[in-house]
Parts: sequence; structure tokens; C-alpha cells
Amino acid sequence: MTEPLLKVEGLKKYFPIKSGILGKVSNCVKAVDDVSFTVQEGETLGIVGESGCGKSTTGRMLMRLLEPTEGVVTFDGQELTSLSNNDMRKARRDIQMVFQDPYASLNPRHTIEKILMEPLNVHNIGDPKERKKKVHEFLEIVGLSSYHAKRYPHQFSGGQRQRIGIARALMTNPKLIIADEPVSALDVSIQAQVLNLMQDLQKELKLTYIFIAHDLGVVRHISDRVGVMYLGQMAELANTEDLYEKPLHPYTQALLAAVPVPDPDFVREEVIITGDVPSPANPPSGCRFHTRCPFKMDICSEVVPVFAEVEEGHSVACHLYEESRPQ
Amino acid sequence: MTERKTILDVKGLQTSFFTDDGEVPAVDNVNFHIREGEVLGIVGESGCGKSVTSLSIMGLVPSPPGKIKGGEILFQDKDLTKLSEKKMREIRGNDIAMIFQEPMTSLNPLFTIGNQLREAIKIHKKDWSKDQVQERAIEMMKLVGLPRPEGLMKEYPHQLSGGMRQRVMIAMALLCDPKVLIADEPTTALDVTIQSQILKLIKNLNERLNTAVLLITHDLGVVAETCERVVVMYSGKVVEEGPVHTIFNDPQHPYTKGLLESVPDMRFKKERLYSIPGNVPKPGSIKTGCKFAARCEFAFDRCMTESPELYQTAEDHQTRCFLFDPKEVQSHDRTVIES
Ligand SMILES: Nc1ncnc2c1ncn2[C@@H]1O[C@H](COP(=O)(O)OP(=O)(O)OP(=O)(O)O)[C@@H](O)[C@H]1O
Ligand SMILES: Nc1ncnc2c1ncn2[C@@H]1O[C@H](COP(=O)(O)OP(=O)(O)O)[C@@H](O)[C@H]1O
Ligand code: SF4
Ligand code: SF4
Ligand SMILES: [Mg+2]
Ligand SMILES: [Mg+2]
Repeated sequence: MTEPLLKVEGLKKYFPIKSGILGKVSNCVKAVDDVSFTVQEGETLGIVGESGCGKSTTGRMLMRLLEPTEGVVTFDGQELTSLSNNDMRKARRDIQMVFQDPYASLNPRHTIEKILMEPLNVHNIGDPKERKKKVHEFLEIVGLSSYHAKRYPHQFSGGQRQRIGIARALMTNPKLIIADEPVSALDVSIQAQVLNLMQDLQKELKLTYIFIAHDLGVVRHISDRVGVMYLGQMAELANTEDLYEKPLHPYTQALLAAVPVPDPDFVREEVIITGDVPSPANPPSGCRFHTRCPFKMDICSEVVPVFAEVEEGHSVACHLYEESRPQ
Repeated sequence: MTERKTILDVKGLQTSFFTDDGEVPAVDNVNFHIREGEVLGIVGESGCGKSVTSLSIMGLVPSPPGKIKGGEILFQDKDLTKLSEKKMREIRGNDIAMIFQEPMTSLNPLFTIGNQLREAIKIHKKDWSKDQVQERAIEMMKLVGLPRPEGLMKEYPHQLSGGMRQRVMIAMALLCDPKVLIADEPTTALDVTIQSQILKLIKNLNERLNTAVLLITHDLGVVAETCERVVVMYSGKVVEEGPVHTIFNDPQHPYTKGLLESVPDMRFKKERLYSIPGNVPKPGSIKTGCKFAARCEFAFDRCMTESPELYQTAEDHQTRCFLFDPKEVQSHDRTVIES
């Protein structure tokens, strides 16, 4: 295998919880707790999981929009986690983000032209005339028109605003796009348009995607590989086909079994899990899923299962597969 | 399926908002009915009028700027649109109940769960003793599958998870054995594993208590999983109505078809998603012709000038599209429909 474009090792983010009048740190939220994965050039890695499992926190740490508590992120041969702030700012030219709520992430007082121009100004790309040309070019690329440049964000529909969000991310010709729930706020018919656009752009511009979402149908559609997170950790990671056809981790199985399918004749396999996701401030001992797992064994509440490969390209953190691991 | 009596009949409902930009016809001549003990789904994209339809039934349309302009909502031979607020309040507590998307906004953060449940019971059972009220509250919490009811009663809404709060709301809604439960996006704010628990609960209660459920959602998966019949709305209008199997296996309206093809399916990978071109229109923005015409690949000249009505295409199936107008079907080449 070639050297991955992105390599993440032992990534952690602990948010301190302050309490009392002195604001003493009494505990911390282990939002992301020892996550490792790689992303190959040109592929799409999907990251799924329920609310609060640490998907966004992971995404933001990759760009150091949030400083990791621990861990190493290597991008294109460069160790991002040891760069000075100044060098990191330069490195962001190659890594861009697309957010869920395009409205909140676009300044309402700026015209689209100004919004799209900004990344070019920040990274000092081109002269004013070239910048303007580039804005118009990218508006067309994402399916809008150059006359839209003079308008303001509120004059667009949700789907159009997401196209603007994507155009903004593309302005600096990045290699990697981290898209955090880019279609979650959109209607089904518009969601399909944006997913198709993202796939087309990936082919044309040779982009690499990290696609964060909670919708398992969307993630299957867009991803080459998929990682499933639970309570700040990676539970399973595999090729999309393998993950959906033969999920190994009991949580992945439960998650897939819970998704409503748009087919009234579909008979699902029941995987019963009860209860809610525990608090990441106080995660269960051993395997974090043991409080809800139908296959829980004695060892599960005592020993943390290692996240490791059990088949080629298929990693899982679960004691059920300890023996099938290549030694 | 046996013949079941219609319990709620919505006829020609028109609800508009009168804003600075003029009239917004959020619900534009909507017809549908719910039968005793059935689960009826209303599905459609944001702004198509699902919530305004449910608020109209409950008599909760914010007024001003909203107003029910026309139509009838028949419940047990009474037209709900004609009832006084006092009479409507009685119906709301006893016969028709509603749960919303975000349970946090409908629970009072300052009172314990027990307090709110007991108050809700006391409104309807004024003569009950303290013990009776307490007993009923615990019974309801058990019914909706809330763990350790006694302990939970002493907790405040923010101490509960989203799924537990939704269970509390369902318990409150079911206190008086309503005949109809309206659930407006009841699982949209929840995670999938919790969503599946809540949907199971709603279906289970529907079967055990024979409560008719009007389930409003934008999620086609939720509809397929939970509903017996489906109403598809687009821009304030019903565009198709039929049994869930027909709607999913043999959809007729071009919008319904497009919508179904646009959803990524968790079970297999589609090479490329079908996508309906254009944007979801704001109600009232399209004045003439079929509201879907600008996005419809089958549109023909008549669609630009006339509004299609709901054509009956089978006993239990209706479609608002000229392709199913008996007059067109005769003159028009049927291959257009099948292609
Ligand atoms: N600034 C912060 N301070 C304290 N806790 C935080 C902060 N940001 C996130 N968290 C916590 O970290 C955990 C992970 O949050 P994150 O936003 O990464 O989840 P997510 O997987 O993206 O969820 P969602 O699907 O809801 O977007 C959550 O428990 C969250 O409450
Ligand atoms: N209080 C209000 N004032 C003005 N317009 C409203 C109000 N409530 C809803 N509308 C409009 O009515 C239409 C239908 O809304 P709604 O029923 O909430 O849609 P949904 O199908 O997403 O539930 C929308 O165009 C919405 O903007
Ligand atoms: S380690 Fe144990 S508790 Fe955790 S998922 Fe595997 S079987 Fe379940
Ligand atoms: S009436 Fe015409 S425009 Fe409307 S859905 Fe039918 S074919 Fe399309
Ligand atoms: Mg997030
Ligand atoms: Mg709504």
C-alpha cells in the first residue's frame, strides 16, 4: 500500500469540566479517546456514530481548529501536530472543511463574492483580478452562476448555501476536505443533488474526503471505507461493503439494524440494545459498549478491548474477536 | 384489512399565514382521513405544510398571523374548526393528543417529571386522591417503558436523555386514552437506536390501546416501517395518497417517484443517486399550473396553466397529476407514464 495521505495515531481530546466557584477542574469529558486511522489519497472515509460520540471533535482536531490533548496527525508527510501556529495556518490551504449548517458558517453581511474571496486573501493566492475570476469559475463548478456573486447568503435556499460552502472549501485547491454532516440539514431531494456534486468534484479535482455523518444510508453511498465511533472511540473500521454486509462489532450490528429502510416489505434482523449512550464524562469501564451489549462477557467490563485488524483492512475493538486476530 | 370507521376527516382544509409579504397558503385545500386504530403517515419535505396541518387539527395555529380560512375537520360529527377555544381544550386533553419533535421545549424545565405528570392527570381527574394520581403516573411511566419510575419522578427534564424525555411526552399524551395521537417528527431529534425504540413504542401502543396515530415525518424509512397508509404532501397540497405498499412499490406521482429514488438505501449502493432538479418551492410562490411542473420531467403544456386535481387511480389510491386524469390517459400515450 502507498503511504496514506493522512495518518492519525492515538488522537485524544479531553475537555475539562470545571465546577465550584473557583472553577476547579473536577473531571473531564473524554470526547475523543485514543483514535487511530489512515486515509488514502483519492478515497472517501466515512465516519458514523450517534450524537456526541466525538465525530466533529475528531474532524476539528485534524485541522487543529481544536488542539488535540494527545496524538499525532501526519498529513502528506508533514506532522501537523508539531507545527507552529503560523505553519499550521499555511498547511490549512490543503485541508478544508465543509460544515452542516451552511447558514451559520457564512457571514450574513458579506456578499458571496467576498465570502469566496476570503480564503484566497488569507493564503495570498493570485491578484484581485485572478481572484474574482476564480470566484466566478467555482460558482459555476458547484452549479451556481456568476451573477450569484453579488448576492447575500439569505437570498439562497439551504441546498444553494451548501453549494456555496463547498465552493468556499474548494477555493484554495485543497487535497483533503473534511465534511462534517454536509447534507444533514437538507431535504432528501436536495441532499441527493449535493451528494452527486461532491462525487463529481472528487473525480474531477482528485479530492480526498473525510465524510462525517450520522445517516448510514448516505455514508454507504459516498464512502469507500467507513469507521464507526462509539463514546469517543473507534469501534470498527472496514471497507464499506464489508462493514455493511458483515459488521463484526455488536454496536455496528445494532446501529445497522436500527436504521429504518424505505421498503415496507423489508424484514429486519432484530438486534436488541436497550438504554441510552452513557455520558462521556464517566464512560463505562472495560469495553465502553458493555452496558448495552447483548453479547457482554465477564471480561468486557474489566478489560478494554484493543482496536486491531481481524481481517485484512477490517479492524474492530471487541473481545469476541480476540482469538481470530493474526498474532 | 377490515373496514374501519373514519375517526378524523379533514376536508378542504385551508390554513394561511398573513405576513408582511402577503398571504402564505401553508395548507392549501388538503383532504385526508384517519381510520380508527390505524397509523397514517404524512410525509414531505420541509415547509410543505405538515406541521401546520397538525396544528390546524389541534386548534393551535398561531393567530395572528395564521388563520384557518376554509374547510372542515370532522371528529365524531363535530367540526373542530367551529369549536370555541374552551371546547377545543377539552378535545385536546381527552380525545386528540399531540407530541412534538423536541420534547425539551414542551416540558417545563423548572418542575420535576413527577410534578408535571401529576398536574396533567389532575386536570382531567379532578376528584382523584393523591394516591390515585401517583399510581396512575407510575402506571403511565411503566407503559412507555421508563425505567425506575419512582426515582425518575423526582428528576428534572434536563437530567433525562432525549429518548427518555420523548417517552415522558408520550406518557403525558396518552394519559386520557386519546382516540388520536398526532406525532409531529417525534424521532427526528433522536439517534437511530433510540428512534427505533420510540417507533416500536408508538406502534406497540397503537396496537394495544387501539389509538389511531397520525405520524408526521420527512423520513421515508420511518414511514415504510411504521405506517399503514401514506399521504405525500408537496407545497401545501396532498399530491398522492395510498396504502404504504402501493406508495413504495408502485408510486404514481412524479414527485413521490423522484423522492423515493433520491434516498440512499442503507442496504445497497446505488451507483448514482437520482436527484430531482431545482429547489423546494415556498408555498404560494407558484401561482399557476401544477406546483411540481418546474421540477417535473414529465411536464407537458397543460401542467403550466392548469392545476391538477386528485384523481382516483384505485379504490384506496389518489394522485394529483394530469398523467392520471382519465381524460389524459385516454388521449395520451401510456408509454410516457411507464418510461
Ligand atoms: N467545547 C467543549 N467542551 C466540553 N465538551 C465538549 C465540547 N465540545 C464537545 N464536547 C463534548 O464532546 C463529546 C463529543 O462531541 P462531538 O461534537 O465531537 O460529537 P459528534 O459525534 O460530532 O455529535 P453530533 O452527531 O451530535 O454532531 C460530546 O459529549 C460533547 O458534549
Ligand atoms: N407562524 C408562522 N408564520 C408564518 N409562516 C409560517 C408560520 N408557521 C409556518 N409557516 C409557513 O407555513 C409553511 C408550512 O410550514 P410547516 O407546516 O411548518 O412545514 P413542515 O412541512 O416542514 O412541517 C412554511 O412555508 C412556513 O414557512
Ligand atoms: S467487548 Fe464485550 S461488551 Fe464490548 S462489544 Fe465486544 S462483546 Fe460487547
Ligand atoms: S401534473 Fe404535470 S407537472 Fe404535475 S406532476 Fe403531473 S406531469 Fe408533472
Ligand atoms: Mg457533530
Ligand atoms: Mg414541521
